[in-house]
Amino acid sequence: MSSERSAEIRDALRRGLAVAVSAGPFAVLFGAVAVDNGLTIAEATLMSAIVYAGASQLVGVELFNHNVAPWLIILSIFAVNFRHVLYSAAIARHIRHFTLGQKLAGFFLLIDPLFAEAERRGESGVRVSFVWYMTLGISVYLPWLLLTVLGGVLGNLIGDPRAIGIDVLLPIYFMGLVLGFRSRANFLPVVFASGVGSVAALHFVGSPWHVSLGALAGITVAALLPTDGGEAEEPVGLPVKGEA
Amino acid sequence: METLFRPDMVWLIVCAALATYATRFGGYVLITRMKRIPPRMEAALSAVPAAVLTTLVVPAAVTGGIDMAFAILVALVAGMRTGTMAMLAIGWVAVMVFRQFVTG
Repeated sequence: MSSERSAEIRDALRRGLAVAVSAGPFAVLFGAVAVDNGLTIAEATLMSAIVYAGASQLVGVELFNHNVAPWLIILSIFAVNFRHVLYSAAIARHIRHFTLGQKLAGFFLLIDPLFAEAERRGESGVRVSFVWYMTLGISVYLPWLLLTVLGGVLGNLIGDPRAIGIDVLLPIYFMGLVLGFRSRANFLPVVFASGVGSVAALHFVGSPWHVSLGALAGITVAALLPTDGGEAEEPVGLPVKGEA
Repeated sequence: METLFRPDMVWLIVCAALATYATRFGGYVLITRMKRIPPRMEAALSAVPAAVLTTLVVPAAVTGGIDMAFAILVALVAGMRTGTMAMLAIGWVAVMVFRQFVTG
């Protein structure tokens, strides 16, 4: 194994660990909530294994319990996951060199942090290799499965996630990812528009549409603002981004 | 022996998985069908990470209660200087301390 390759794998594992730590509690939570809502541990694990999208899994099992029409459950899960359409469009430029089979496998694992890490790596001029991508992806996928089973076994023992403070981990983790893009052109206007847009949409339209609508607000602002001289328009007052 | 899988539930989960996979592949299919990508769309795509991820943070900070807002704010300040793991640790300590001493 070349040293370049092993450096790639080490980098991916290191990043995968951070993702697994922050997302892990939610896998446990999902397993517990799923069993609480009448799924068997096997069904909960199947859902983690083939849907593999935490927020939508929680929305799904919540609806299973409410006698909601199946098509409406699927539509809700689709709506929660709609942001991935944007991810796979944005990431295209970095993974064009994947073979079709590699793309089929790679897109299956395309979760928020993997997208953000791949986007950042590609943007910084480093080639997003299939080995790096899959190492990072699988190092999050396997813990997600194991912790789902654990949550299912623990069942109601966890109780309220607020009591042990794990409910703050995911928003903070996502905020860390947002900050990683703060040197991009029009970062502040985009974040401002998305933030205001998502809160307004949450209020007037409701969840989960606030994600897509809020994102649309930020993306529209980025499309409308002047694109030339992005460097010169760097917002003032922000520290220069160091190499992570 | 206890039931492992019920057919109707497995169907529902498989459909959910297909719907999710469609979102993960769909954007790629759409974008690669275009001959060239206009500059404004390039700018829009490059705003995708910050725009989408922000919608997972700000509503939580605004509607998640004063304790959540406090933790996110503390983590934001920390995040300007440190890495992700430190942000998580500092944010977690902040919310635990806040709940212990302020909101009870």
